[in-house]
Amino acid sequence: MSYVIEMLHITKTFPGIVANDDISLQLKKGEIHALLGENGAGKSTLMSVLFGLYQPEGGTILKEGKEVRISNPNDANALGIGMVHQHFKLVHNFTVLQNIILGVETTRNGFLKMDDARKSVVALSEKYGLKVDPDALVQDITVGMQQRVEILKMLYRQNEILIFDEPTAVLTPQEIDELMKIMRGLTQEGKSILFITHKLNEIKAVADRCTVLRKGKCIGTIDVASTSKEEMSEMMVGRKVMLEVEKDEPKIGEPVFEVKGLTVSARHHTKKLVNDVSFSVRRGEIVCIAGIDGNGQSELIYALTGLLQPESGQILLNGEDITHKSIRERNSIGMAHIPEDRHKHGLILDYTLEDNLVLKKYFTRDFQKLGFRNFRKTRSYAEGLISRFDIRSGQGPATAARSMSGGNQQKAIVAREIDYNPDILIAVQPTRGLDVGAIEYIHQQLVAQRDEGKAVLLVSLELDEVMNVSDRILVIYEGAIVGEFDPREITVQELGLYMAGSKRREA
Amino acid sequence: MNKWKSLIHSTRFLLVKSLYFQVMNKWKSLIHSTGFTNAASSLLAILVGLLFGFVIMLFSNPKEAVEGLGIILAGGFGGGAKGLGQTLYYAIPLIMTGLSVGFAFKTGLFNIGAPGQFTVGAFAAIFIGIKWTFLPAPWHWIAALIGSAVAGGLWGLIPGLFKAYLNVNEVISSIMMNYIGLYAVNFAMKAPAFKSAPALFDTTMNLSSNVAASSVIPQGFFEDIFPGSIVNYGILIAIAVAILMYVVLNKTTFGYELKACGYNRDASRYAGISEKRNIVLSMVISGALAGLGGGLVYLSGANGRRYKVVDVLLNDGFNGISVALLGLNNPIGIIFTGIFIAYITMGGEYLQKLDFVVEIISIITAAIIYFSAFALIFRKIVKRITGAKDVLQIAETDAPKPDAKEDKE
Repeated sequence: MSYVIEMLHITKTFPGIVANDDISLQLKKGEIHALLGENGAGKSTLMSVLFGLYQPEGGTILKEGKEVRISNPNDANALGIGMVHQHFKLVHNFTVLQNIILGVETTRNGFLKMDDARKSVVALSEKYGLKVDPDALVQDITVGMQQRVEILKMLYRQNEILIFDEPTAVLTPQEIDELMKIMRGLTQEGKSILFITHKLNEIKAVADRCTVLRKGKCIGTIDVASTSKEEMSEMMVGRKVMLEVEKDEPKIGEPVFEVKGLTVSARHHTKKLVNDVSFSVRRGEIVCIAGIDGNGQSELIYALTGLLQPESGQILLNGEDITHKSIRERNSIGMAHIPEDRHKHGLILDYTLEDNLVLKKYFTRDFQKLGFRNFRKTRSYAEGLISRFDIRSGQGPATAARSMSGGNQQKAIVAREIDYNPDILIAVQPTRGLDVGAIEYIHQQLVAQRDEGKAVLLVSLELDEVMNVSDRILVIYEGAIVGEFDPREITVQELGLYMAGSKRREA
Repeated sequence: MNKWKSLIHSTRFLLVKSLYFQVMNKWKSLIHSTGFTNAASSLLAILVGLLFGFVIMLFSNPKEAVEGLGIILAGGFGGGAKGLGQTLYYAIPLIMTGLSVGFAFKTGLFNIGAPGQFTVGAFAAIFIGIKWTFLPAPWHWIAALIGSAVAGGLWGLIPGLFKAYLNVNEVISSIMMNYIGLYAVNFAMKAPAFKSAPALFDTTMNLSSNVAASSVIPQGFFEDIFPGSIVNYGILIAIAVAILMYVVLNKTTFGYELKACGYNRDASRYAGISEKRNIVLSMVISGALAGLGGGLVYLSGANGRRYKVVDVLLNDGFNGISVALLGLNNPIGIIFTGIFIAYITMGGEYLQKLDFVVEIISIITAAIIYFSAFALIFRKIVKRITGAKDVLQIAETDAPKPDAKEDKE
């Protein structure tokens, strides 16, 4: 059997942690090889080793049987290895074409010669069905198209081995389907793909073989077709995982959180981003706002949490009008918010974990005296949360938030918000980009909140999550609530029709 | 018998070995501590700066270059006790403007308006020092200092308000405030309204008049330690303010909020911190620090500095940027870098003893300061040198860590 790339016994350590411990991975020509593992399992590190970003302490890399040394991304490129990073590496105010040729420009006498490049880019995009507009600015195109630009970048460099680092994390369901199609097309043309993910559905849909990592160790390589999702998740997490959420009948109490006629307008024109939205959330229930991304969910949540002033309407928490209250007042009355973007809103990445855990409490009497911070209390409080919520990090409370894995960053936010003991917990895509184990955990926490008699408002783009977790579903389309459903009485297909705006029912 | 011997041998060996590892680990953790990296990078930056200065000296006056380098290295010592005292006096404005820039940096703002804030602070101090003679001795200079801080703070307030409420870049607005400050002070110095006795401006000397004796910051014991120098309690005030800033930034909830806004404005807002208020406060404090610097410098008696009406922004403000960078924005670090740059500047002055053109001296000291500002780049280099290889060994000796984590599950 010939392998295009073999990584044998790779070991890579960082201070306090062994990221890769004797990991071997063999990629066949023309296959899609998935690399499965929880956040922090060492997938990205392994791929960074292959791409020349890190130097391993042990192990060898073979290309077509010959040992190679990859000390930087240029070496990797020369060997035909290309990578689409999770966070794209594009120049935002350059055009698509300029981005693709960046670094390998065709020139004549030192002047750019774009015509040839344009021809070959257009040819490539037609050949692989990667629809892009070569003259559009990257900042103007959708995330899905940006990803296609990244793929074209690899193809333009004639890479044979393509690494996709969690490519679906930022895509809508439709874009994911399209990406899968593209990936299959690429392998038919003889390219080999390494596909980093923790989404089992996607592996099932597209991968041929799958290597599972857990805590830096290689658990095994399996044939995808003959392995069930449950088996894979067990390999990944190390124990049986409930893919379905377990919960009892809700014990619904009085309304805690009421929204009446809320309207938010776009900044510079009259379009209403949130249009006359009314609903209420009662004690002991999880209400889910379902919808396709960009239908006003973000603006609705910003208005509810005080990050944005609504144009009109009223927000009541425990009967108190909080429409014009500041964010801190809302928090102190009993609102907690797991934000959509954990890097933008959720965490101060340059602060330590403990400083992030007290982000909404540092000013309370427990954590300061006459304006001086109480570091001892902060430390012990953080240690308490870390052990209660099993937040893993290199140096405990003193770890820089930036250096933590995404799942643990999210756990830290969830810990902080739940410990706030809110009456209403607003969770916006709390499981985005997380692995099965972490998703299970966060779902359990949400359900536990509900069972304690708290109100939970969940915003989700994932239909599985919507159907599984919620007690009541509100569908949002173009800023308006177009339907209210009991998850037990509606199918995913029907829900999809409402989300796409082709059906509507007055709530 | 042999058994015993070998046992003793092996235990001794083990002991030595463990001791060796302990020492090595201590040393390694020192090398890897951020404090060490920071200090090492600043020192390295200074070294390269000195080397560059030496090269310039070699070009301009090869015969005396080595001797010249010696004089620069001797710095303030070149003038004996007086020189050291003068070094401390020169350090006062550098520390204060360094604190001003560094404090703003820590909170995510680039206060390039220190020259203007320094100037208006100086004016307020001079004005109070000359005109408010009704105040008795300690209160007079204290009032003048407070006045300088208030004036500087006001000069910081305006760009702060613009930044917070209109999203005007503070770099642009504070540069403009520099010129407004400079020309407003130049105008006020010679304004007819202030010509009545005691006049603000000494037209015969073309300098600001001497401030009243009661408004001069006392020299106290510095007179005995550094005879002939004009250094006064101002340096102690500067150091105290630096320590205060360190405490504010690192120990208080206020500092926590300010830094949070600096690192991530959106997350701060999300957490209920009023980021607008913090931007304004941060600029006001930053401006007050620079303004106080102006006050401290110009309240030092007949031999101290007096205000010259020229159309040039004062260097003290801009030097603050390099002082802050070299001190990596750490208030305590800024005390040392402020004194260091004053020391080098003094060395440059003593260089006049040799046959160096005055401009060359300025270039040499500027080059040293310039390279010093590269401390951040050198920090990366230092990290690479000490970091790359040792990381593995550290990780091995720390091996229990990951295990402990697994135990928890």
